[in-house]
Amino acid sequence: MRRPSLRVLSITTIAAFCVSLSLVFFYAPIEAEEGFLQKIFYLHVPLAIVTLCGFVIGGLCAIAHLRTRDQRWDLRSYVAIHMSLIFGVAVLITGSIWARGSWGHWWVWSEPTLVSFLIIMLLYATYQPLRFAIEDPERQARYASVFAITAGAFVPMNFLAVRLSASYLHPRVLGSSSNLPASMGFTFLVSLVAIALLFATLCSYELAAKRTRILLKARSRILGYQS
Amino acid sequence: MNPLATTLPEHSNDGYVAAAYIVFFAIVLIYVAIMAVRLGRVERKVRDLSAQEREKERETV
Repeated sequence: MRRPSLRVLSITTIAAFCVSLSLVFFYAPIEAEEGFLQKIFYLHVPLAIVTLCGFVIGGLCAIAHLRTRDQRWDLRSYVAIHMSLIFGVAVLITGSIWARGSWGHWWVWSEPTLVSFLIIMLLYATYQPLRFAIEDPERQARYASVFAITAGAFVPMNFLAVRLSASYLHPRVLGSSSNLPASMGFTFLVSLVAIALLFATLCSYELAAKRTRILLKARSRILGYQS
Repeated sequence: MNPLATTLPEHSNDGYVAAAYIVFFAIVLIYVAIMAVRLGRVERKVRDLSAQEREKERETV
């Protein structure tokens, strides 16, 4: 199967974002309880979903790396986790802004969703120091894969644990108790697609850049040139 | 589509919404800028490598 080129992916992402923002601000109705502040959810929740999926994808790529010993899978795993960390920072900031507007506090320690997400972020914050503390590339890739698989398995377990917990202070967008109107649900789905496309595009750029740098380094070494 | 007047901000919370979207786009822009700088470095290396290669070829000729 032919992969879409970076240009096509980028244009699709920009178009999806334009549609998503138009729907958020001009189509989706203002929520009765939250008011205009609820518009943050069209950004915050898709970002959180894509971030958590990115961590899981990183784990799946790591499994593929350990099975095949193909370095490309390790690179994919690294890029997925790297990008998820960046998206995760955006999740924490947008969530804090929403919490400030809604609850009057930037952070609420008694709220399981917030704290569990922070735990996941702190766990993955150790991924890069662990990875780059090992000099041997093969060992580095192997250790990073083991970490990615373990942490990747922790993500859905953590999500389920929070869902099953008693406190439901954090608003639910998706789930059995959700009764999102069709217009809001549609806007949310388009936003989710836009954020997922952005994730895929940035991952593709990062992968292309990394592959080019690896090729360049190898070529320099073969030719014995110094930069 | 809903009329514009019913979906435009009328609440005191619109600053938070603007802040959240601005922060998100700022993060993406910073990341893209870092990528552009790194790409520039790679381009420079490719140019250096090509120049060195040409030089070596000229020397052998």
